[in-house]
Amino acid sequence: MTFPEELKYSRDDEWVKMLDDTTALVGITDYAQSEMGDLVFINLPVAGDACEKGVALCDIESVKAVSDVVCPVTGEVAEVNEELADAPETLNNDPYGAWIAKIENISDFEELLTAEEYRAYRNC
Amino acid sequence: MKLIFELGAEGRGLSLMPACDVPDFTLSEEREAPLHLPHVSENELTRHYTALCKRVHGVNDGFYPLGSCTMKYNPKIDEDMAALPGFTQLHPLQDVETVQGALEAYHVLGTELSEIFGMDAVTFQPAAGAHGEFTGVMLIKAYHVDRGDTARTKIIVPDSAHGTNPATAAMCGFQVVNIPSGSDGCVDLDALRAAVGPDTAGLMLTNPNTVGIFDKNILEITKIVHEAGGLCYYDGANLNAVMGVVRPGDMGFDCIHSNLHKTFATPHGGGGPGAGAVGCKDFLRKYMPGPLVVEKDGRFDFEYPEKSIGRVKMFYGNFGVVIKALTYVLSLGRQGIPDAAKCAVLNANYMMARLKTKFDMAYDEICMHEFVMSLVRLHDETGCSALDVAKGMLDFGLHPPTMYFPLIVHEALMVEPCETESKELMDEVCDIYLKLYDMAYENPQALHDAPLHTPVRRLDEVAAARSMVLRYQFA
Repeated sequence: MTFPEELKYSRDDEWVKMLDDTTALVGITDYAQSEMGDLVFINLPVAGDACEKGVALCDIESVKAVSDVVCPVTGEVAEVNEELADAPETLNNDPYGAWIAKIENISDFEELLTAEEYRAYRNC
Repeated sequence: MKLIFELGAEGRGLSLMPACDVPDFTLSEEREAPLHLPHVSENELTRHYTALCKRVHGVNDGFYPLGSCTMKYNPKIDEDMAALPGFTQLHPLQDVETVQGALEAYHVLGTELSEIFGMDAVTFQPAAGAHGEFTGVMLIKAYHVDRGDTARTKIIVPDSAHGTNPATAAMCGFQVVNIPSGSDGCVDLDALRAAVGPDTAGLMLTNPNTVGIFDKNILEITKIVHEAGGLCYYDGANLNAVMGVVRPGDMGFDCIHSNLHKTFATPHGGGGPGAGAVGCKDFLRKYMPGPLVVEKDGRFDFEYPEKSIGRVKMFYGNFGVVIKALTYVLSLGRQGIPDAAKCAVLNANYMMARLKTKFDMAYDEICMHEFVMSLVRLHDETGCSALDVAKGMLDFGLHPPTMYFPLIVHEALMVEPCETESKELMDEVCDIYLKLYDMAYENPQALHDAPLHTPVRRLDEVAAARSMVLRYQFA
């Protein structure tokens, strides 16, 4: 399992890639996709909506279960990766390439972990 | 295997069907193809359904320990009663004076269930469990709105809940607040205290919970929610563990649904019909869906509650299911109902005690009617997952337990044997489970390859979900 050094990680298994001080891409970690198994559907967030740290940003469905993607930051959804709607398996195959949403005007963060801290947290 | 629509030939028929007693009707000329209607002889029909029977597994075939689903055996006397012509030949629009017996059946079962629930009123309109949840949470909403308390926008749901609970709260227009369970699988009281407030509409809870444990703080939990001004909803999915022994109403709950097809032994699945009877305390009665059956001077009638949330289904619910549940309740009686619950708990504990000699239990304590095993260690050590072990059971003719639920337990297998199973059968099943455990170490590939002897082997669930084909393609 890989956890790129340049990303930050939430305890709810999302990654955050800062583009500038108040803009970031958000996705799910390699650990999250591996725990969920083959993903078959994503209910994408809507561009323009407000999002809040600790609150569901969207949900994803595997053959096992439906899970919330918990937003690691507070801000606004600027852009959504529409390609995932037709190809949710990208979240399995390339979890760090498959960003879910671009969040802007970020005003608050969950407590985020470094790659090393996240690896220790998930014991993998 | 062919569908019945693909068998037989034009003009072939059978004597089982009654003569047609409606006038012929010509379909619209715009239809491009004839309707696919079966034209089969009696032996083709019989063989078709016998072949289908051989391919499925139900409670009539063998052990079916689907945790959280209470797949108990359905006594045949229930079917006999529901098939009485006096019940089957009724029409829902008949004058009430001509259906007094049917209304009495509703009334008697409503009274009995009120007693088991510890509630004051029961409706049978909801057609299934989740429909019952929806009805119950709408009662909670109606209560707050009626009092002008529109700030209550949140429903609290623990993370061990059935997925239908948050879905219900969202369907009713509430925001869902998820609270984590403690390390014992029970509600974390501090998390609950932190979650409640003037915006709390209510709490949805299953007790015993989805890991098969009776929450020892149940009275404190309902008190915390009530003190914050919220109401408490009891998800009756696990009522089988406590029926006749302890009442949800006495635990502090204000309304409840019970899946008659679980606890009260009416058939599951096959598309239903189900029944999600909803009970409530007296102060919620005026919001119940209408009409309710009431008794006045020995006669029965329908009554529309004063501030009803409206109908949730046409007519009065799935009447045949109500008759089956009524038969079940009356045949077990005051002694049999709690005895069934106690046997369900005893059976689960017996199996757990035997299985924990090898399998890891998610919560190693006395359980209620079901228990959850966690196969994380087995998976790490052998590469065989809960799924592989479940698939291995199929070759022994067993229906696997519930897998990968609740979500808070990893590699979960959730076993609910039910009170209707004998010790001999449970011993046989435990032997097979323990044998599969050993097989994971000795020959893991055999489990990865299982099942070998079922009509279909491993289905491609991922492809089925990603590219759904929802319409049968006729050749």
